[in-house]
Amino acid sequence: MTELTGWGRYPRHPSETISPPSPKALPSLMASRTGLVARGNGRAYGDAAIGERVTLMAQGLDRIRSFDQTTGRIQLEAGVLLSDLLDIVVPKGFFPPVVPGTKFVTIGGMIASDVHGKNHHRDGGFGDHVESLTLALPDGGVVTCSRAEHPELLSATIGGMGLTGTILDATFRLRPIETGWMRQTTTVARDLDGAIRALQETGSATYSVAWIDCLARGASLGRSLIFAAEHATRRDLDALQPGAEPYPSSRLGRLGVPIDLPSFTLNRLSVSAFNELYFRAGAVKSGYPFLVHWNPYFFPLDGVGNWNRIYGRRGFLQYQCVIPMGQAQGVLGGILERISKHGNASFLAVLKQLGSSHGDLSFPLEGFTLTLDLPVSDDVFPLLDELDRWVVEAGGRLYLAKDARQSPATFEAGYPGLSRFRDLRRAIGATGRISSRLSVRLGI
Amino acid sequence: MEPSKTLLLVGGTSDIGRATALHYAQAGWQVQLAARNEEEARRNADDIRARTGAEVTVHRIDILETGDFDSFADSLPRLPDTVVCVVGELGDQAKGQADMAHASLVLRTNFEGPALLLGSLAERFLARGSGTLVGVSSVAGDRGRGSNYLYGAAKAGFTAFLSGLRNRLAPKGLRVVTVKPGFVRTQMTAGMKLPPVLTAEPGEVGRAIFTAAEKSGRDVIYVRPIWRPVMMAIGSIPERFFKRLRL
Repeated sequence: MTELTGWGRYPRHPSETISPPSPKALPSLMASRTGLVARGNGRAYGDAAIGERVTLMAQGLDRIRSFDQTTGRIQLEAGVLLSDLLDIVVPKGFFPPVVPGTKFVTIGGMIASDVHGKNHHRDGGFGDHVESLTLALPDGGVVTCSRAEHPELLSATIGGMGLTGTILDATFRLRPIETGWMRQTTTVARDLDGAIRALQETGSATYSVAWIDCLARGASLGRSLIFAAEHATRRDLDALQPGAEPYPSSRLGRLGVPIDLPSFTLNRLSVSAFNELYFRAGAVKSGYPFLVHWNPYFFPLDGVGNWNRIYGRRGFLQYQCVIPMGQAQGVLGGILERISKHGNASFLAVLKQLGSSHGDLSFPLEGFTLTLDLPVSDDVFPLLDELDRWVVEAGGRLYLAKDARQSPATFEAGYPGLSRFRDLRRAIGATGRISSRLSVRLGI
Repeated sequence: MEPSKTLLLVGGTSDIGRATALHYAQAGWQVQLAARNEEEARRNADDIRARTGAEVTVHRIDILETGDFDSFADSLPRLPDTVVCVVGELGDQAKGQADMAHASLVLRTNFEGPALLLGSLAERFLARGSGTLVGVSSVAGDRGRGSNYLYGAAKAGFTAFLSGLRNRLAPKGLRVVTVKPGFVRTQMTAGMKLPPVLTAEPGEVGRAIFTAAEKSGRDVIYVRPIWRPVMMAIGSIPERFFKRLRL
C-alpha cells in the first residue's frame, strides 16, 4: 500500500500500486483486478488518479511507436511525458496541437482530462486532435477507437478521467512550426470587464490567456495582464531577434522548492509584493511584440520544481470553473470579490476563453474559465461550496482534473453528458470495476 | 562525415539497455538490439528509431544458450564497433539457497552467459584488430553479502573475467570496460526502498557507459562516484566483524 495524492497534496488515500512494464501486461491485469484506475504523472490536482483499491502506474508505457516527419503524425504509448515529446519534436519543427499549463503530464492523462490550452477558443481541446487510441477494457479486451470505429467509446474516453479503461496508445498530428520561439504581446487590463473584452478582442490570436492580480480590489478588481502569442516565423525571428537560434535548447534553470514552506510565507504581504513586481515587469513590455522561448510562455510554473509545496503540509485546492459566455462577467466578478474578502487567496488567477468540447465529460464549454489556488484550511470548504452554487446557477461546471471536493449534486448539474457516460460504463462492464477515488466520491 | 559506427547492445529490453542504446543512437550510432524477447526489443527499437532517426535492428539471443553464440555473431549484419552487455538477473537469494536450479540460473545469467558471449566477440574483435567490450557488472561483486551472494558471486566472477580480458587485450589496442552501476531505478528494483544519493536513473547509466567507452577511456567505472568510497569502506571491514553484520 502506498499513500497517493494528486498535485494539490489533498486528499491522501492509500492504494495498491502496480507498474506494468509493457502494454502487453494490461489485458490480464484489467480482467483480474477491480477498483482500479490508471495514473500518469500524478498532475491531476485532487483524487482523479488514485484508484479505489489499485492504481496502475502508467509511466513505464513510454515508448514512441512511430513519428512521420513529413506529415507530423505520431503514434505513442500513453505514458510518454509531454516534456519528453516536446524535446523530441520541437527541434524537428513540430509542436503538439494542444498543451496544458504544465508539460509534466502524460499523453494518456491529457486525453483522459481532455486538457485545454491557451488556444482552446480556436483549436479545441487535446481530445479533438486524437485520430485514434487503443483502450484496454475492463474485461481484458483491447479495442481501437476513432471517429469511424467505436466513436461512442472515443467520446467517452476523451475527458473520461480514465473510467472507460486504460489508454494504451494514441495517434495524433503535430502542427508544423518554423521556430521554437513565441511572438508574444502583453497588454494590461485595468479590471475584469477590460480583461474579458481584451480576451475577446485577441480571439484571433492563436494563444491567449489573462493573469489576474487577485489582491487588486474595488475599482481595480480583475486587474490583469493579457498574454497573446503566435508561433514565431523565421521572419519574426529576423525582425525581432536577428541571429537567434531558431530552435533554442529547452534547458531552463530550474529553481526548486525543496521543502514544505510554512503556510505563513504566503501571507498577504509577500503575495502582494510578488504581484506588484509581476505586474510591473509585465507592464514594461506592454503593447510591443517580443520573442519568448516556448517553455516559459506555455509552462511558466514548471520553472519552479515542486511549486505545489509552497502551500505547506495540508496541501491546496485548485478551483477551476467555467461560466457560459453571457453570465461570465457577473459571476466571475462575484467570485473574485468573494475570494479577495476571504484573504488567504492565491497569488494569481488565470482567466481564459473556452469553446465547446468533444467528450461526454469534457470540461470546456463556450464561456470563460477562471482558475485559482487556495491553501487547504477549515474555512475554505464552505467558501467553495458557496461559489459552487453560483457556478451551477449560471449553468457552469468545475474541471474534474482539478477537483478534490465538489459534491455529487454540483457535478451532476454541470455535466449533462453524465447519463450517457454512465450507460456506456455499464455496457462495457466498467461500473464498479474501474473506479478512482473521484468516481466513488462523485458517484460516476 | 565519417560513416556511423555500430553498437551491439545485449539486454535490449532492460531499462539500462534501452537508455544506453538511446544514448548511442543520439550520438549518431547505428544500433543492434539483442534480447531474448524479440517483441519487447522491437518495442524499444521502434522507440529509439522514432526519437533519433537512427538505424536500429533487432536480434534474438538467449544468454543461457551459450552454444548459439557463434551463430548469433555470424548472423549480425556487421561486426559491431562496440558491444555493451547489460544482461543481469537479481534472482531470489533465499530461493536459490534451497533450489539449485534457481541458483544455477542466477550464476549462469550473470556470469557464464555474459562472459562467454563477450569472450566470443573478443576473438572476432581481435581478428579485426579493433573493438570495445563493455560489461555491466555490479558493486555486489565487490564483496559477498548474506542477502545476495549468489548474484554477488556471479558478478564478482564477471568482474574478474573482464579484468583478465582487459589485461590480455590492452597490448593489442582493444578496450574492455567494467561498469558498476550501484543502485538503479529500474524494473529490476521496482518496489525496493533505495537511498536517493546512491541511486542512479537508467539515463545516467547510459551516459556514463557512453562516456567511459567512447570518450574518457576509463577502465572501471562506478556510475555515481560516491560508490567508490562506499565500496572501499565496505571492502576494508575486517572479515571477523563483517561476518557478523546483517547486510
